[in-house]
Amino acid sequence: MMTDFGYTTWILIIPFITFLLLSFFGMRLKGLPAGITGTSALGVVALLSWYTAITYFTGGGIADGGFQKIVAANAVWLNLSDHLHIDMGVLLDPISVMMLVVISTVSLMVHIYSLGYMKGEKGFERYYAFLSLFTFSMMGLVVATNIFQMYIFWELVGVSSYLLIGFYYDRPSAVAASKKAFIVTRFADMGFLVGILILSFTTKTFDFVTLTDINGPAIASKGGAVFMGMSLMTWSMIFIFMGGAGKSAMFPLHIWLPDAMEGPTPVSALIHAATMVVAGVYLVARMFPVYYFTAPEALHIIAWVGAISSLFAAIIALTQTDIKRVLAYSTISQIGYMIFSLGVSGYGGHDGLGFMASNWHLFNHAMFKALLFLGAGSVIHAVHSNDMKDMGGLRRYMPVTNITFLIACLTIAGVPPLSGFFSKDEILTAALHHNKLLFAIEYAVAGLTAFYMFRLYFSVFHGHDRHYHHTPHESPATMTVPLIILAFGSVFAGFLPFSRLVTSDGAPFESHIEWSVAIPSVAIGLLGIGLAWVMYRKETALPDRVASFFSHGYRWAYNKFYIDEVYIFITKKIIFRRISQPVAWFDRHIVDGTMNGIAYVTQSVSSMIKGLQSGQLQKYGYVFITGVIALAIVFIYLVK
Amino acid sequence: MNILTWLVIIPLLTITGILLVKDARQTKIVSAIGMGIQLIVAFVIVFMYVNLRKSGNTDEMVLMSSFEWFKSLNIYYTVGVDGISVAMIALTSLVVFAGVFASWEMEDLKKEFFISLILLSTGVFGFFISLDLFTMFLFYEVAVIPMYILIGIWGSGPKEYSAMKLTLMLMGGSALLMVGLFGIYFNSAPDGGELTFNILEISKVTIPIEAQRWFFPFTFVGFGVLGALFPLHTWSPDGHSSAPTAVSMLHAGVLMKLGGYGAFRVAMFLMPEAAAEMAWIFIILTTISVVYGAFGAIVQKDLKYINAYSSVSHCGMVLFAVLMMNKTAMTGAVIQMISHGLMTALFFALIGMIYGRTHTRMINEMGGLMKVIPFLGVAYVIAGLASLGLPGLSGFVAEMNIFFGAFEHPETFYRVATIIAVSSIVITAVYILRVVAILLLGPIRDNHFVGLGDAKWYEKLSLVTLITGIVYIGMAPLGLSSLIRESLIPIIDKLL
Repeated sequence: MMTDFGYTTWILIIPFITFLLLSFFGMRLKGLPAGITGTSALGVVALLSWYTAITYFTGGGIADGGFQKIVAANAVWLNLSDHLHIDMGVLLDPISVMMLVVISTVSLMVHIYSLGYMKGEKGFERYYAFLSLFTFSMMGLVVATNIFQMYIFWELVGVSSYLLIGFYYDRPSAVAASKKAFIVTRFADMGFLVGILILSFTTKTFDFVTLTDINGPAIASKGGAVFMGMSLMTWSMIFIFMGGAGKSAMFPLHIWLPDAMEGPTPVSALIHAATMVVAGVYLVARMFPVYYFTAPEALHIIAWVGAISSLFAAIIALTQTDIKRVLAYSTISQIGYMIFSLGVSGYGGHDGLGFMASNWHLFNHAMFKALLFLGAGSVIHAVHSNDMKDMGGLRRYMPVTNITFLIACLTIAGVPPLSGFFSKDEILTAALHHNKLLFAIEYAVAGLTAFYMFRLYFSVFHGHDRHYHHTPHESPATMTVPLIILAFGSVFAGFLPFSRLVTSDGAPFESHIEWSVAIPSVAIGLLGIGLAWVMYRKETALPDRVASFFSHGYRWAYNKFYIDEVYIFITKKIIFRRISQPVAWFDRHIVDGTMNGIAYVTQSVSSMIKGLQSGQLQKYGYVFITGVIALAIVFIYLVK
Repeated sequence: MNILTWLVIIPLLTITGILLVKDARQTKIVSAIGMGIQLIVAFVIVFMYVNLRKSGNTDEMVLMSSFEWFKSLNIYYTVGVDGISVAMIALTSLVVFAGVFASWEMEDLKKEFFISLILLSTGVFGFFISLDLFTMFLFYEVAVIPMYILIGIWGSGPKEYSAMKLTLMLMGGSALLMVGLFGIYFNSAPDGGELTFNILEISKVTIPIEAQRWFFPFTFVGFGVLGALFPLHTWSPDGHSSAPTAVSMLHAGVLMKLGGYGAFRVAMFLMPEAAAEMAWIFIILTTISVVYGAFGAIVQKDLKYINAYSSVSHCGMVLFAVLMMNKTAMTGAVIQMISHGLMTALFFALIGMIYGRTHTRMINEMGGLMKVIPFLGVAYVIAGLASLGLPGLSGFVAEMNIFFGAFEHPETFYRVATIIAVSSIVITAVYILRVVAILLLGPIRDNHFVGLGDAKWYEKLSLVTLITGIVYIGMAPLGLSSLIRESLIPIIDKLL
């Protein structure tokens, strides 16, 4: 039985109205009332999202033995050409409904948390206005009925992220970080746009339902014409993935994410951990049938990009000392897992295990990573520093933060029966069936993850007290309650029957724990935790000794493999010095110089010949007589 | 009398009114009322036009009227509009209205300033309603010449040099244009009828291809100079940086659009065969304009130079799209003209307002202004986001039409050019965010700026007028784009 989901448009409309309200009248609401307005509006959105999810998964979305794509609303926004039109609408299917729940839940938690965390900040109402704008854009992105609507909201989440990273706009570092985030993702979005151009050129449609229909014309075309060794579809899908890689901070477009930690911590939790950065995963999942059937090469690239990113970021995370940066690299690493898992997935039934696992991990990650960031925010709130060197022994002062943070660390380390264990197990199983090398990489990353997370945990919550300005204290209830709720989510999300809800083709299948993968992966996780326990629970010289043993590698990892320096070289030295400045010079001196030269030549020629028209009769007479004499000579002597 | 003619008469009446009043205050009021009425009339025309179309009128041009003017050469004062002209009229009236309020505090020779400014707008309105090449050219000159006076007298910096340069280059363009227009006139009756300047009549015949090959480049380049076609754009940075605020607004906002409008209404529409043959040359030049202007803008330090180079890039996009010769791209070209008109007018208005407070236009001498003048700061950010093509603001709609239209072109060469042009969206983001970061964000760099006052009511009115236009087109583009698309059908039919 299919239900009418027309009301879901309110999930978009409410945050948008809240945004307008807070931007125009926020100044009058003065602080807390603005925050409460934003939070309660979001509460309604969360209720609607949960209601939608429950209705959809308990029968409202089921027909013919599987979950169907339901277009709940759709209207033409702009006609591009006779066959291409951009629509705005709401598409419900398992992944979009799941995302509604993820976004609205985490966003609500962040809204509540911020009431405490951002209390007394200048620009409190602006902060809530931007949060509403972000929630609106992110919701619009996930429910998009066509790839162009997705692109539009994709850009809007980009600008919301820009505005929120640069929230403390009088700090030069925040300004630089927001600019960097926008430009890097914009560069990736250029790829996305080119991908859409090629895609619409080959398939003549933007519509997701038509595109991903496995009997539809797009997939039946088998890729279209061949250009430079690959089909047009493959090119298009690679370019589209470029957009996804930019938003999801995949190597080598990851450089903006660690810097984005300049934003307020709840923003990092919402945008740069749980929701916006997984947009790339969502994009690939949304287009998955197209990838699988028409562009398998692209899927191969995706698997490798994901695997490399997850390894690379995990290594960097081992060495960082800023608590938020460790979490940022951890986010890159975990998103690498999800992207990778899509890359190794098949289509339909149990073959689509990777697809299911990726979405499951996305769900779990949203919970535990938001929890980690909010926990980190609670710690930062207490000690007024981001640096792990300024923290230690906090478990004695902040019991709730300590426990919830520990739960999140155990979850990400994959300790059963917490949620991270289940999804990671499925991802590794999917990898094992696909490619042994990729499996080995991801297996190693699981160990690294456990190690760097517990390095973080032990150095912050165990060990000695530092010289605190005032005694750290537990955060207020507005902050701890969201922590507790998210901790519950992290613990129990593993018991959701994901393989019966979110699958590549909509039809449920049975999945069970693969013990031959699960036992080694839990073992390596525990090994990582154990190592961290030995090295960081008590302050010893051991970590320094290890670091100096690996001195070269350590330096490279500590400096993030110098990728930032490469980017600075390209932007400052090449684009600025070698392109823009010469262009500006060329324009002023050569192009404009030519124009001025023409003017100068005209002027000098005219000043040379202006003597001809002096108005002096004697001169005219003199020239006239001379001419006559000259002609007379010519005619008399030369012309016979 | 025909309602279109009022668009020419109201400014003239306003000028008369300004001549009659005594002081500066009354001058402002008369100008504001005159241009306010003009704005209303313009939107009445839009409304009438839409209703006519709804009632089933499918004429190529509506609201037409014609007066014989110079019989022996067959010159008529012929006016009429289609969806494209009404859109341009609406744009012009918005920008002129905003321009009057942006020059509310103009100090010296206020009367003369407003007279020249309104005279200029008369030319622009006349140009957009004309259907007779001769009348069109006449209005074109009426629009260009007051510019010399406006920059030369009320400008700043090396104003005599800039005024002279701008006028000479545009006059050079006019000279080419005149050759082109006479070429069209003398070939307007290849089968031996009466020669005519009337665009609609000429469009019914086919001008001999040999003649087209000669006169298309003249006409296209002639209009192209005004539309900042590379490499004939260099009047723009100097001219804009010296011009007073309202003049920059009008010039970049509407006068540069005369170039794009003329390029397709005259050059492409009347000589389509030559246009198809020679498009590739101009595609190369306009693609260069798009990317080159954007790169040029990255390193500039003067706010007006940044905007001038940005205009080269955006106006390059207009001509680029016009040359693609399909409905989608051309719709994009017209929307881009309107969008760029609104946002560049907004930029120049803001630059003028910021300059009026800080007395500098060098971005590195300013910083942290968002704290001091939040209204102007937010308006600047909105203009910037429109310029870099953020969805929800007008620039995005225009660019997407252009890119998708251009990419439909059957030849690979054109599609490659499109992808090169797409790269401008990144470069634009770089220079816009650079300016926003240096100018508005960060700590306040100069303590003299701490006490600056935010926008006054007339400045807010000016800015809000323009922002409303930008947001409206960006949020609900369907109306405008169908208005334009329908009117493009006869043009496209002739091109193919």
